[in-house]
Amino acid sequence: MKRFLLFLPLLVAIVVGAFLFAGIGKDPTKLDSALVGKPVPVFGLKSLKQPEATLDEGLFQGEVTLLNVWGTWCPACRDEHADLMWLAQERKVPIIGLNYKDSRDEALVWLDRLGDPYRTVIYDPKGTLGFDLGVYGAPETFVIDASGVVRYRHVGVVNREVWEQILLPVISKARENG
Amino acid sequence: MLRIMCFLLAVFASGISSADVSAVYGFDTRSEEQRYQNLIAELRCPKCQNQNIADSNSPISKDMRNAVYQMMQEGASNDKIVESLVGRFGEFVKYKPDLDSRTFVLWATPAIAVLGGLLVVVGVVVRSRRAGTAAPALSADEQARIEKMLAEKDRNGKA
Repeated sequence: MKRFLLFLPLLVAIVVGAFLFAGIGKDPTKLDSALVGKPVPVFGLKSLKQPEATLDEGLFQGEVTLLNVWGTWCPACRDEHADLMWLAQERKVPIIGLNYKDSRDEALVWLDRLGDPYRTVIYDPKGTLGFDLGVYGAPETFVIDASGVVRYRHVGVVNREVWEQILLPVISKARENG
Repeated sequence: MLRIMCFLLAVFASGISSADVSAVYGFDTRSEEQRYQNLIAELRCPKCQNQNIADSNSPISKDMRNAVYQMMQEGASNDKIVESLVGRFGEFVKYKPDLDSRTFVLWATPAIAVLGGLLVVVGVVVRSRRAGTAAPALSADEQARIEKMLAEKDRNGKA
């Protein structure tokens, strides 16, 4: 019994070590979206590019789309823009933009200057749809399936690696099921 | 490069200035205000993760405080308000998660730690009691030897 007690600290260290080791490499700032498996929230917002047109959640019906949350105030959005262009042009991925807490003029200048990867852009100056989607920091990118249900949410920049390793598998699966 | 730096500076500066202007909410009663304060103290900011939304200056926390206030004005209960935010941002925003199979260990840890500590204390006490009664510190022989030695030392000291 005494002998066994001597090994107790070692045992505790191993258990704690294993527990902590499991946490290495996990990014605590990336949270799973609460909306995964739920339909895109009901909304009614203006289109960025056609100010008279009103868009609603029906926009996401029919095919698997990426919903990209961005704003001109967001430096990381600038980072990922070239890769979004690549996705739209080379990979023919339908991307819908959500211009989040931004001004229309600046957003239009941005798209004019850097190129426009978006099929449609929802203009959300007050961030209401963003709030309903649980957006807590742009850029965020959602995978929405053909029936308008959120399948995945990626927080942070989308680049080719993220596309290959994370988004493409989710999209392929969503397309199969749809 | 310079342009990027300027842009970043502008972004940070605007962030700071807008954070300073915190919204002031009006409440009809003290208890409503207290309820609001309790709610925002218990909700966690998803962006700046170790702050509650009462402390955080991030835009998302401001939106969340706004939403809490709006829902209170519409007469929503505490549970409903928290539920609505959890529905958007996930279980993460609750500083007090519900007790279920995932969070059981989390909730049970303090009790387990206290229980473990008590067991150790009891063990130590019992063992020392047993040792105390079973074997007196010194046998009569030893006691006699010690007294002899002390007496000798005293004599040597005086000499």
